[in-house]
Amino acid sequence: MTTILAQAQTDLRLDATVLDYLLVAFYFLLVLGIGYAARRSVSSSLDFLLSGRSMPAWVTGLAFISANLGALELIGMVANGAQYGIPTVHYYWIGAIPAMVFLALVMMPFYYGSKARSVPEFLYKRFNRTTQRVQAVIFALSSVLIAGVNLFSLGLLLEALLGWSLAVAIPVAAVIVLAYITLGGLSAAIYSEVLQFFVILALLIPMTIAGLNRVGGWDGLTQAVAGGPGGPEELSSWPGTTLTEIENPVWSVIGIVFGLGFVLSFGYWTTNFAEVQRALSAKSMSAAKRTPLIGAYPKALIPLVIIIPGMIAAVLVPQLQTLKAGGQTDVTYNNALSLLMKEVLPNGILGVAIAGLLAAFMAGMAANISSFNTVFTYDIWQDWVKPGKPDRYYLQVGRWITVIGCVLAIATAFIASGSGNIMDYLQSLFSFFNAPLFAIFILGLFWRRMTGTSAWIGLLAGTAAAVIVNILTTTGVLSLSSQAGSFVGASAAFIVGVLVAMGVSLVSTPKPASELTGLVWSLTTKEERVHSAEGDDAGWYRSPPVLAVGVLVLTAILYIIFW
Amino acid sequence: MAEPNGTRAGQDAPVSMTAARLFDLRTVLALLYGVYGIVLLIVGLVSTDQADIDKAGGWNINLWSGLVMIVVAALFALWVRLRPLKHAAVEGTAGDTAGPPGH
Repeated sequence: MTTILAQAQTDLRLDATVLDYLLVAFYFLLVLGIGYAARRSVSSSLDFLLSGRSMPAWVTGLAFISANLGALELIGMVANGAQYGIPTVHYYWIGAIPAMVFLALVMMPFYYGSKARSVPEFLYKRFNRTTQRVQAVIFALSSVLIAGVNLFSLGLLLEALLGWSLAVAIPVAAVIVLAYITLGGLSAAIYSEVLQFFVILALLIPMTIAGLNRVGGWDGLTQAVAGGPGGPEELSSWPGTTLTEIENPVWSVIGIVFGLGFVLSFGYWTTNFAEVQRALSAKSMSAAKRTPLIGAYPKALIPLVIIIPGMIAAVLVPQLQTLKAGGQTDVTYNNALSLLMKEVLPNGILGVAIAGLLAAFMAGMAANISSFNTVFTYDIWQDWVKPGKPDRYYLQVGRWITVIGCVLAIATAFIASGSGNIMDYLQSLFSFFNAPLFAIFILGLFWRRMTGTSAWIGLLAGTAAAVIVNILTTTGVLSLSSQAGSFVGASAAFIVGVLVAMGVSLVSTPKPASELTGLVWSLTTKEERVHSAEGDDAGWYRSPPVLAVGVLVLTAILYIIFW
Repeated sequence: MAEPNGTRAGQDAPVSMTAARLFDLRTVLALLYGVYGIVLLIVGLVSTDQADIDKAGGWNINLWSGLVMIVVAALFALWVRLRPLKHAAVEGTAGDTAGPPGH
């Protein structure tokens, strides 16, 4: 990510006019206005850090998907579309939808029902303080570092597209994020994520239509892609050998289904607090369950306006054609989105598009910062360092740690601009924590005998397994492609996490059953797991199982179309 | 049903002060798409030359994007009108009563 946007021999600069800048400015005015308006609603730490658990499901659902639809994701997936074509859909379908349904129907009753305010606090309730603290520290560190990476990438983008210098772009972007989160807390972050979702659509949909017109419609695109260097393989999702870099088609499918679809995806969607936090801010159990499900519908459909533009860019932009044919050029696939914007969008809609891209960067950073401040305030400060103070005190801590988090993110961004590879490495390192975390979650949920000590030992052992696999792959001891390496690493982390946790559980003392009610499947009655279906939660179209079946059917239909 | 019991923090917060009740996100969305739509519509009408049309593959992208955004903004405004935010002690927050927005 770090080397991509900077090289600018090809003119990447967008010809933005005053009009475009005005449209961008209007967006930021609205976002700051939201922060200011939301300020009046913050009277406790729970208001600030969890929106007072008051959000309607459509808002949390769109914020849920928006927090994931950051700019790095957007740029990376358009790039994958340009490079691999249709197989990229696996990241959106099998790599997301089953896990989101599982989070909604199986895990949410425990998350929301336990009234935990964060993922680490849930770990405390189910396991013990040590597990909570290990996870809280890891999460806090990784959030700040990833916020810094986001900020740095935003700086690079502003430099390449608009000609702003890094030294100006990074602090300005950070101050805007800081302003609306410190004022309005999570409410402001969630509301701007929903706004961001709609601005992104206003970027992606017209760009896709314009691009398709330019290449002669869907038929023109498929002909050009099938006749291009990638060949017809780029038009079907299975077996996806180019995407996985696994030559054997059977192993490629297994890699996609188990590696991406199970270990990586379940690890990310069910335990990442930046995502789960959006559901915890919902106003009822039913709304909390609906949050990931409402998010799943746009998640299933949005690759149509992300991957197809990527494929169009590879056909339409001469430099990308050269790149695909294996020639020498100064652009990379990560330039695909901005090159296509430049190619097909005239001024006016271009301003909306730039606003959308900037919004996506800031929302990505805001999601990291707003989950960081919650974990820091509740799990590190209130439950560990300084317990027993009045709520007003923790609200102040929450505000201050938001400021400190932003300052740390700026520092990280400037360090990243000095040594980009370190950041890439750290980012992949932190991604190793998801798979073992999911392992102890799932084991703890279904096995009441699992003990607190086994949880944090399993977590660390699983992580160590992933790190070892990663070192073996990068040093070439294991000859795996980078993609296959990450599937194998995550699977190893999961398996080692489960085995070690089981072993340690057998030699340590479990919590008494009375403390595990509502936290373990077999000790939770059906009544505790169901949600109300009255008032605002009434109606078949608000039933979580109905929504879940609907999105699974939708995904199946999409897979049949793009088989 | 907004405020579950049993959390240490936030218990003292009056329910009516929660964020979703104070201003309506649907209005903000209508404002955003409304302003963007009108600006794009005007740009599409007054300052579109053949080069712009060719760039987008033969259609007036600003004009049509503007029109669609105005329609969506009107739908959000209509939604606010039909299901206004219920205030203070009344349970339930607007927005949720009508399901996800149509898009």
